Amino acid sequence: MSLLEIENLSLTIGDTQILKGMELSVAPGEVMGLVGESGSGKSMTALTVMRLLPYAARASGRVSFDGIDILAATEDQMCALRGDDVGMVFQEPMTALNPVKTIGEQVAEGIRWHTKATRAGAEERARRMLDRVGLPQAKFPLSRYPHELSGGQRQRVVIAIACALKPKLLIADEPTTALDVVLQAQILDLLRDLVAESRMGLLLISHDLAVVTEMADRITILRRGEVMEAGDTARTLSEQLHPYTRQLAQASTHVPARARPHDTSQGKPLLQVEGVTRDYPGRRTSLFKRAVPIRAVDDVSLSMQPGQSVALVGRSGCGKSTLARMILALDKPSSGAIRFRGETTTGKSEAELKPARRDMQVVFQDPYGSFDPRQKVEKLVAEPLHVLDKKPTRAERREMVAHALHEVGLDQRDMDKYPHEFSGGQRQRLSIARAIITRPKLVVADEPVSALDVSIRAQILDLFAELNQKLGIAYLFITHDLTVARAITDQVLVMHDGKIVERGKTNEVLDHPQSEAAKALVAAAPDLHRAIARRMQEQG
Amino acid sequence: MTAYLLKRLAISLATLVLASIVVFAVLEILPGDPARLMLGMNASADQVELLRNQMGLNAPLLLRYLHWAGGLLSLDFGRSYTYSVPVIDLVRERLAVSLPLALIALALSTVIAIPVGLFSASRRGRAGDTISMGAAQLGVAVPNFWFALMLIYVFAVWLRLVPAGGFPGWSAGIWPALKSLLLPAVALALPQAAILARVTRSALIEVLNEDYIRTARAKGLPYRAVLWRHALRNAMIPVLTILGLQFAFLLAGTIIIENVFYLPGLGRLVFQAITQRDLIVVESVVMLLVAAVIAVNLVVDLSYAVVDPRLRSRQ
Repeated sequence: MSLLEIENLSLTIGDTQILKGMELSVAPGEVMGLVGESGSGKSMTALTVMRLLPYAARASGRVSFDGIDILAATEDQMCALRGDDVGMVFQEPMTALNPVKTIGEQVAEGIRWHTKATRAGAEERARRMLDRVGLPQAKFPLSRYPHELSGGQRQRVVIAIACALKPKLLIADEPTTALDVVLQAQILDLLRDLVAESRMGLLLISHDLAVVTEMADRITILRRGEVMEAGDTARTLSEQLHPYTRQLAQASTHVPARARPHDTSQGKPLLQVEGVTRDYPGRRTSLFKRAVPIRAVDDVSLSMQPGQSVALVGRSGCGKSTLARMILALDKPSSGAIRFRGETTTGKSEAELKPARRDMQVVFQDPYGSFDPRQKVEKLVAEPLHVLDKKPTRAERREMVAHALHEVGLDQRDMDKYPHEFSGGQRQRLSIARAIITRPKLVVADEPVSALDVSIRAQILDLFAELNQKLGIAYLFITHDLTVARAITDQVLVMHDGKIVERGKTNEVLDHPQSEAAKALVAAAPDLHRAIARRMQEQG
Repeated sequence: MTAYLLKRLAISLATLVLASIVVFAVLEILPGDPARLMLGMNASADQVELLRNQMGLNAPLLLRYLHWAGGLLSLDFGRSYTYSVPVIDLVRERLAVSLPLALIALALSTVIAIPVGLFSASRRGRAGDTISMGAAQLGVAVPNFWFALMLIYVFAVWLRLVPAGGFPGWSAGIWPALKSLLLPAVALALPQAAILARVTRSALIEVLNEDYIRTARAKGLPYRAVLWRHALRNAMIPVLTILGLQFAFLLAGTIIIENVFYLPGLGRLVFQAITQRDLIVVESVVMLLVAAVIAVNLVVDLSYAVVDPRLRSRQ
């Protein structure tokens, strides 16, 4: 007897068909993985089960949970189910908690609502639940506010809220996508334990095939609102009978074809970072004591050759992005020097930096947030041209934009469109076009593919590899994702607590990590092949 | 929290000192000799000089500023040129009308606006929302004196529930005094409530799109409970900002309503003082209002911190 049974579910929002004849079931104690690319209807499936769909959504078909017809249930019935028998964990832990309420209030609230427990009774249960998810009393009293916790800790609070009343079904929608790999492994472990403890059903939604393979007993693969394939995880992924399953599996382990890098050990380095440290003013604990500064980057030295592709890997908060900002001369080191093409960039005025700016560009993580939605592509992509000495004429500008768009695989007619007319992958192509329009020598890319679906991410990685070969651009990839580092870089720098703790050839470091930090990263990184192999072994 | 409070307090004091310098300087620059004004056009130069010495107008600038500022601190604002009574007595008398009026109007505006905002936000795009926001639009557009006239017509002339104007003074008893403030307070409150309701609605709608609202719904809380427990407090910051601005306006910007209802309020005092060039009264009332606005802003800043814990831990 299934706990959750979805049969022939169709969903429309306005005129858009979101789900078409969707089928899915979850048994008690079972982990069901729901995989698909963005827009495939994964989250909408979850919201249908919770009946938290947008106002304009219309669902038909059958969804039954524990004998209750969800689509026909009254709102009062649904309120009684939500948070009690069905819990849900969301993708974005940073915004999933109410900033003005303590974590204790937020965990206890659902308990009080459903069990009519006293405040003290509910708080005691909340305390036990927070202990259970790894937030002990000593460091995390109930009186903490969300902003005092990190992303991983907040996700634990969200899990505590969802599991406080021992639900029969937990829906986790991309619960670890916003977290670094080490935190991801910890949260997945926690979910696995909670499932085992109380025979809870878990519907795990993810775009990451490796994560789902590690966790799920069965898997459902969704594409454009339709189920492509469903079945036992190990068998589905080892046989890869359906072409879309194969496509997904290949894309998630994709390594772009790259000619071996030319010997770059000779010649003048493109970038030299020497003993760079960055301190931020810390929080004052008393009016009379000086605040202790926080050291974000601690005595880092590195050098890059022209055309070299280097990965800077580390957990979130290790100082990667601060270091990148200093390399881009967007932030000033507290001490140390940075030389770009042999010239010092530290302590220079904006005007003096102009020639250097021309030769270094940046690609950011979020292809949605990094464009002004009211400007046309022509203007957006041409933005870096203001660092040129001579202002190009309008015709020259259009010519350059057309060329850059062509190089990233977009059409030159795209320059008269607005950003919202492009998909996520196309937008990331636009940011790459913007980065290469000045013919830079160095591109710093901060998690450039982590917001993208696997197939698109494979294409973007190919594009990076191609531009590296064709234009000889050196890359500094900042990432916590080791598959990206492995796919596209020659050298890797492992950063931990502001220091570079390990460096070397990418494959050597990732295959045989020496430092604790690198070992932790490698061990936590989900790997599709390894996960399939382990599953096959378990099942004999 | 203490650091936040001390910092806010220090900024408020600094603003007050700066404002007093500006007010003092402006009146120094303005043409017209108070001594001559008091004595009239026919006075001799000697008489004027004598009075100037008596009034301390011949002392050095800094000394006069300190004397004036010191006077303000001890609530000695000087004497009105036209009424020949201490300014503090005039102000006290008028504040006894204006302050209760402003407070009643503010309370009314809040009591009307927040439920309307909540109602509208929870029925976004539906008939209830359209109707209440249409009414709010009307409230913003229609001038408050017109409301005042309509209120007088209905409640004073037709129903004869309250007096049409005038103020009997608090000595006549609390109820008669309050009764005469009721209509003006409503007339003042309605447009303010309309603005506040719109601000409340849009702040709530923004908050209702936040992820934590979904988290709260996933806990099993009904929509109404989510609105009250989770959305409202997060939407309070813009609402508090507008409330602070409205209080400052209600204290001093009520001259039209005071005239419609024949109320001896602060607004009329300033108006008369300006037309009669009674600069010392103008100066004092302006300083008083500056102090009131700064105090209200301080209260608003502190209530931000009460509402939002993130402001408490930051400095």
